[in-house]
Parts: sequence; C-alpha cells; structure tokens
Amino acid sequence: MAQQHITSVYDRDLEAIQAHIMKMGGLVEAAIMASARSLETRDADLANEVRAGDKAIDALEELINQETARLIALRAPTAGDLRLVLTVLKIASNLERIGDYAKNIAKRTTVLVDQPQVGDSAAALRRMAREVELMLKDALDAYIQRDAELGADVIERDHEVDQMYNALFRQFLTFMAEDPRNITPCMHLHFIAKNVERMGDHVTSIAEQVVYLVTGNRPDEMRPKGDVTSTTA
Amino acid sequence: MNDMSRVERAVEIKQTKMECRDCHVYYGDTHAIKNVNVDIEDKTVTAFIGPSGCGKSTFLRCLNRMNDTIAGARVEGSFMLDGEDIYDKRVDPVQLRAKVGMVFQKPNPFPKSIYDNVAYGPRIHGLARNRAEMDEIVEKALRRGAIWDEVKDRLDAPGTGLSGGQQQRLCIARAIATEPEVLLMDEPCSALDPIATAQVEELIDELRQNYSVVIVTHSMQQAARVSQKTAFFHLGQLVEFGETGQIFTNPEDPRTESYITGRIG
Repeated sequence: MAQQHITSVYDRDLEAIQAHIMKMGGLVEAAIMASARSLETRDADLANEVRAGDKAIDALEELINQETARLIALRAPTAGDLRLVLTVLKIASNLERIGDYAKNIAKRTTVLVDQPQVGDSAAALRRMAREVELMLKDALDAYIQRDAELGADVIERDHEVDQMYNALFRQFLTFMAEDPRNITPCMHLHFIAKNVERMGDHVTSIAEQVVYLVTGNRPDEMRPKGDVTSTTA
Repeated sequence: MNDMSRVERAVEIKQTKMECRDCHVYYGDTHAIKNVNVDIEDKTVTAFIGPSGCGKSTFLRCLNRMNDTIAGARVEGSFMLDGEDIYDKRVDPVQLRAKVGMVFQKPNPFPKSIYDNVAYGPRIHGLARNRAEMDEIVEKALRRGAIWDEVKDRLDAPGTGLSGGQQQRLCIARAIATEPEVLLMDEPCSALDPIATAQVEELIDELRQNYSVVIVTHSMQQAARVSQKTAFFHLGQLVEFGETGQIFTNPEDPRTESYITGRIG
C-alpha cells in the first residue's frame, strides 16, 4: 500500500509497528544461527548469550502487542490496514515462539558440551537451522515487499526442512540402538532437531500471513505433511 | 448439520425488495449518477457510503422519488419496487412515499404535538377508522421507534420540545407509522450524540425484522456496525457493492480500499 493516509500520524503508527517486527525478525534470525553455531562449535558462552538474548525478543513482542492494541482502539483499522494489524500480531507471536526454540537449543547445548559427540549431526543440524533462517529471512522480505509469491515459495520450502528432520530422526534411532551411551546426547539432539523443525512450521505460518495480507485470502491448498516421524515405529 | 446449513441459507438468501437498473440522474448538465445497478434486499440494512458529492444521497432520494421535487433534476433508468416501476405515470408519489419512508439528517418534527406528529401520516392515508385505532397506531409506532417509554406521559407536548436524539427517534416513529416497506435514512445520526446514535442504531437493527432499510452515512464505522450490505459510491458511480464484512476486510476495488482506510483516493 504505497498510498498515504490522510492522517499522517496513522502512517507513522503503522510504520513504527512494522519497524518493531523487522527488529524482532533480525534478533530471531541471529538467535537461530547463534544457537546452531554454539551447538556445532560446542561453545557454552555463545549458548548462554542466546539464552540471555531471548528476553529482548519477548520484550519486543510485548511492545508490539501493546502498540497494536492501541492502534486498534484509536484508529479502528479496516481492509488492508486491518489485515496488516492482524498479521503483525500473528507474526510477532510466531517470532516469539521461534525465539523460544532457539533459547531451548542453546539450553540443551550447555548440557551437550559435556557429552560425547555423536556423529556429525551437529553440522547437519546447523545446515537445517541455516535453511530455516533463510526461509525466515525470505518470509520477512516477502512481508516488507508485500510479495505473496515469495511467501508461497517459503511455504513450499518447509517440506525440505521436514525431510531433513526425518533423516535425522532415523539417524538418532540408529545411534541409540548402536550404543546406549549415545542415548542422553541423542535425546537432546533429537529435541533440538524437533525444535528446528517446529521453527520451520512457525516460519511457514509467517509466510501464510504474508499471503493473507497481500491477497486477503488464506493460502488454499493443503500443505503436505512432511513430518512422518509421529507415525514411524 | 442439515438444520444448521438451512438456517445459514435462510439468512443468506433474501428477496430483492428494490431492483434498480441503468440508473442515471442529471441536475441540469451535471451527470450526478452514472449507470448505477443495485438490488436492495428485503429485511436487510444496506449502507451507502462515499465521499461528499459522490451521489449517494441523490441515489437514495431516487428510491422514493424525492428528486421529483427538485427543479432541473432528471432521473433515468428503472426503479422497481416488488417488480413495479415506481416512476410509472400511474404511481402516486405520495402513496409511494408511504411505502418507502424517509428519515433525514436533521430531526424535523412537525410543529405539532408528539401524538400528531406520528398520527399525521396514518391520518392522511386513512389508516385509522376511529380514535382508538389511531391511538393504537401511534403507540405501536412510538414503541417501535424506541421512544414510547420516554414520551407516553406527554403525548400532547410539542415534538420540537424533545432532545435531538428523541426528536430523531420521533421522526423514525413518524416514518414507520404508515407501515412502510422500505425505510430510507439520510445520515440519521449525524446530529446525535453517541448514546442517541447507539439507540438509533439499535432501532435500525430491530426495524430490519420488518423492513428493508437503506442508510446513507458518512461514518464508516456506523456502516460497518449497522449494515449487512454496503455500497460504495464515488464520482456518481457505484464502485463496489457487497457484504459489509467483506467490504471492510477485503474490498475488491482499490478505490474502496483507499476510501475506507482513510487514504487519498
């Protein structure tokens, strides 16, 4: 929506809220990569930084919630403005959850640094996290540029993340079957993999918000269920 | 499940009360309404919105031939009420306006008692045979106008002595005393405070049970609150006409979007 409101302060309010979303998105992208790097390099200090950094993400979500409530009360947004406000709330909530998953990865990393290394799964997890981070970056770009096509593309790519998770899931089962001493690290690694997979779902949800914001419609086609591990024996 | 869907359908499928086709209005050389086509549904509140001078009031006034009284105004097209052309030569405009009532922006009670304000219409249309019947009609209209309790002890007091909100509800009671089928309202709340506005809006929703209501309003929020269908007029054209919820969440035309979100269009 390139057109300006007649009341310019309305535009400034909307821009301020979107600026908070972008700032929050930047922090979350950094948290994803820092948590994955701390795992791969077994860096407990970096992991602790990620854990501490989650507070800033939570505070931004709270700020966005407050300012959005205020804007709804004072401006009664309609049409595209209404969709913007609704999507801002949902995107903030999704970003906050992704931040929580990054924090949880960092927490498990502080445990894993004292455990024996299991295969090269940490590198695989970092690649998976990298994919999710790129998806998040594209989803936020799609949001700022109002690009429904890019949003739809991000939704598609979640399938790849699900595949990576399925592969890791099987790998961890094998490691645990091979040597019971692997069970503790593998359980943590599995939760980390699941966290990254869930991050992908939240990124997908953000991308869906972009499609709704731009088109006014929810993405229609049923998304293929990529995570098959809940039915794997 | 079946019952549910039937109930939903009952809400959705409404009979067309007024059918307007290829409508044009000219004031002298000014082309004020350009090829408007719209169906006013029965038992539905339809809101006309749009910037000043867009033609929404002009179009509203076509629906009960109020433009007949304006010198130089020319109306073209077909306006059907229950399948009958309201501009047909055989139609008496006075009878038509009993069927298609109107409430104006400024409350305009007659300089008469509250009772006579309401009784005036039924009296000239000969709707009551005696005083008892007239009393009944007046009470019913005042009750439907949601003002009975406030005025029942002073029906002989002048209507002009009431507060602005009460006067407007009296005018609504007056408009519905002749049992109209369609009620036209031209910015009925613009002179009222928020409480009186809420009372009139509540009344509009009640009137919807029996009548088809068409309301012109400058308040977008009022259109959103009271109507089921919204028509957006711009420069004499009907830009978009649709379900109110859709218009306010996902309008199809960029001009509608610009207007309702308060942008320069």
